[in-house]
Amino acid sequence: MPSKSRRITKKILKHELVPEHRILSLEEAVEVLRRYNVKPWNLPQISINDPVIKLLGGKPGDIVEIRRRSPTGGESVAYRIVVPF
Amino acid sequence: MSVYDNESHVIKGIKFGVLPPHEIIRMAKVTVIRDAIYEADGSPVAGGLRDPHFGAIEPGERCPVCGNTRDTCPGHFGKIDLARPVIVPHYGDALHGILQATCRNCGRILIPTDRIRYLTAIKERLKKRWPKLADTFVEEVKREAAARMECPHCGARQFKIRFIKPFTFYEEHPEGERRLNPIDVRERVEKTIDEDLVLLGVDPKYSRPEWMIITSLPVPPLSVRPSITLETGYRAEDDLTHALAEIVRQNERLKNFLISNAPETMIEDAWLTLQHVVASYIDNELPNTYQLTHRRKRALKTLAQRLKGKEGRLRGNLSGKRVNYSARTVISPDPMISVNEVGVPVEIAKILTVPIMVTPYNIEEARRYVLNGPDKWPGATYVYKARNGKKIDLRYIRNHKQLAEGLEVGDIVERHLIDGDIVLFNRQPSLHRMSILGHIVRVMPYKTFRLNPLVCPPYNADFDGDEMNLHVPRLYEAMVEAKELLLVEKHILTPRYGGPIIGGRQDYISGAYLLTVKTSLFTEEEVGQILAAAGYKGPLPEPAILKPRKLWTGKQLVSLFLPEDLDFKGKSKINAGSLKCGSEDCFHDSYIIVSGGKLLMGVLDKNAIGAEQPENLLHIIALEYGVSKARLLLDTLFKGFIRALEMRGLTMALDDIEIPEEAKEEIMGMVDEYKEKVAQLIRDYEEGRLEVIPGRTPEESLELKIIGLLQELREKAGQVAVSHMDPFNDVFIMARTGARGGEVNITQMAAMLGQQTVRGKRIRRGFRKRTLPHFKENDLSPEARGFVRGNFRDGLRPTEVFFHAAGGREGLVDTAVKTSQSGYMQRRLINALQDLVVSYDGTVKDAWGNIIQFKYGEDGVDPTLSYHGDGVKIDRIIQRVAKKNGDRR
Repeated sequence: MPSKSRRITKKILKHELVPEHRILSLEEAVEVLRRYNVKPWNLPQISINDPVIKLLGGKPGDIVEIRRRSPTGGESVAYRIVVPF
Repeated sequence: MSVYDNESHVIKGIKFGVLPPHEIIRMAKVTVIRDAIYEADGSPVAGGLRDPHFGAIEPGERCPVCGNTRDTCPGHFGKIDLARPVIVPHYGDALHGILQATCRNCGRILIPTDRIRYLTAIKERLKKRWPKLADTFVEEVKREAAARMECPHCGARQFKIRFIKPFTFYEEHPEGERRLNPIDVRERVEKTIDEDLVLLGVDPKYSRPEWMIITSLPVPPLSVRPSITLETGYRAEDDLTHALAEIVRQNERLKNFLISNAPETMIEDAWLTLQHVVASYIDNELPNTYQLTHRRKRALKTLAQRLKGKEGRLRGNLSGKRVNYSARTVISPDPMISVNEVGVPVEIAKILTVPIMVTPYNIEEARRYVLNGPDKWPGATYVYKARNGKKIDLRYIRNHKQLAEGLEVGDIVERHLIDGDIVLFNRQPSLHRMSILGHIVRVMPYKTFRLNPLVCPPYNADFDGDEMNLHVPRLYEAMVEAKELLLVEKHILTPRYGGPIIGGRQDYISGAYLLTVKTSLFTEEEVGQILAAAGYKGPLPEPAILKPRKLWTGKQLVSLFLPEDLDFKGKSKINAGSLKCGSEDCFHDSYIIVSGGKLLMGVLDKNAIGAEQPENLLHIIALEYGVSKARLLLDTLFKGFIRALEMRGLTMALDDIEIPEEAKEEIMGMVDEYKEKVAQLIRDYEEGRLEVIPGRTPEESLELKIIGLLQELREKAGQVAVSHMDPFNDVFIMARTGARGGEVNITQMAAMLGQQTVRGKRIRRGFRKRTLPHFKENDLSPEARGFVRGNFRDGLRPTEVFFHAAGGREGLVDTAVKTSQSGYMQRRLINALQDLVVSYDGTVKDAWGNIIQFKYGEDGVDPTLSYHGDGVKIDRIIQRVAKKNGDRR
């Protein structure tokens, strides 16, 4: 049964195919940029309309840390910058 | 000559814009008004498409515009003044966007003033950081503006604009549609103001929208559209000239109508024709227009056609430039040369050259080359004298001796390709980096490139007529780069999965098996032959058997070539079926154990020395002893394999695939049994008693079950056939060791072909309700639907031949389709990925420094330096350390 409301619930965060997202604090974000020696716009992007970002309340310019299981590297960490659309 | 002489300019960027009318007029040195090209006397028509003002092209002609001759005159543009403006077809979409987003009355963008300011600010900010997002943002703004039906500036009512590609606009009034002609369109877009255009993603300084509608058409210089003189004396003009002549004709027609006050419909009609012709001049493959043709036949190649496609300017002449110092010919095998080498025919070696600088140390050598001249290898083709900077062509010098003696330090001799030079060798399609490798030249007689068959796998080459290309690096830097980075031995391991891509195939595998198999013992003479072929120099090991004769095992011989401290364990390919055994305690000799560089147990076959087999003996040696050691093995031991095979001989005869009468009977019995089973299924189906597979129709269920049964039958028949075969039957050896063929092939030859399929289903197409006239309609029995009970040895029945051909044809079609499709996919992928780089910090970045991957492959491991993807193989390290400690004690 397709539900009428398209509201996204916290449920999706627990789905096994949704990796763990975490919005970094300003200090952490600066640290990440320094570690990779890049400018924010060099990072991969994630839309503010992304369901997980909506749930976490990300704003444009936030940097999100994503930890996912990787077939080669065990756990891998990626960073993405939230963009307005 | 040019204003840029003696100045250094750095290109900071390229900006594209629309060519403005004033620029077209400024460029034009002549206005074309006549469609005739030549006068009756053969001289070009003034004001025609070959007017001398287009630039000098004939020898001795002086350009009336710049005064240069044809060597130096760059050519000059002209123009055609169109009687009425026309839309440049490729700008239709851009114009449509602007028309929809702006007011039909005042020309302002359909967005309130304060919001314009707000949106512009956002757009500018985006453009700095995320140019791509700025583009999508502009689309968003356009949509917002187009949705407003009343102008917020002047209050005028707006209408939807309908656009039919490539240049027709309609305004949808409530009372009906009205066509907007180019003048209407131009009037509207002229009214737009610069600030609004910026928000619409247009840079008004370089691309005013009204420039997209032209009244002056630029005519390119003659050097762009040269005419050719045929032997018959006729002149054939370039397609562009023909297209332009047509434009001039239509333009003059329209002009006449305008002057003579023709009826409005006729004028409209002529104007539309002009629009079509101009559009075709730019792109002759536009939809909804008619093509310009040569006498109703071949379509003209106009501007867009020159650039587009595989043979267009971009893909054909820029990406696909042809080069000098290259050669191409058929390849043939030579197992006696090193894998690092390539055999080059003398004929080619005398054409390809390398420049060498004459020094006090090589002057004698250089003299020898000059003395030999261009026709005798090793010679030279040119000499550049340092003294006067002149280039001397040795073909036209009679006294080579004098020139050789006069050679001085500092001269450059263009000498023939000789043994030891490094060249790049390539086979298309170049799908991965191993498609171009560095090889060391070996000049040889005859006319083919010689290639060691061991290097076939990386090129995917065979010798059924394949051709390959060869390129000569001419600078020391390039030569060193080729030697250090591209040499064959540096690419034994592939970066795809880390395993060896170069290794034994076919005969090498059979040979290795026959050399190392337990039953093979070699006399002193045979050992001598094998070791000599492998280039072994050193003492013979103690023979394994002393009496009645000295005999050596193949394993002893192999051990002579292995590194002294090598330890290796692994299963053989033959470790399957009845020869299966899981551990080192293997009765069938199918578990390989190498300890202390001695092959103690197990036969070498595909799993030990095969190409594209990761974690095999070759792989371990390449990793732990270096690729150079692995290459040495390929150049020595592998030649021994071949010799061992040659000494025994490996062939195939009808006997090899013959099975005894009782086996045939057994198979026949099985066939009858399964036919009955299938018949039972069909009966069940017809009576509706068939068990239906969930999610399938009864018909599908029946098909699936029948296919399952028949497959089972073929497997069983194969097993019967194999069980009756002599283990030292040559065909069987090849299949078991993985040299060539498999159980399926043996089954098909000796027992039965089995079910033939088209599109994964039993064959059902052909006649109405049946496959062939030999069967009754709606016959579902195995024979009527492509089951072949015969085999290749005993022959097939006529219907069976037909079914087999049908199945075989599908395979051919599949490969043809697959190669073209995967080729296109490869192109797209490579275009997208080609400039990604792994930085020193392990991140993968594109050319702009954007991060693509935070750690290469998410684990930062280079597959060629790891054990099949694992960074460390702890077992081997423990084993090694334990052994070392054991040795010390």
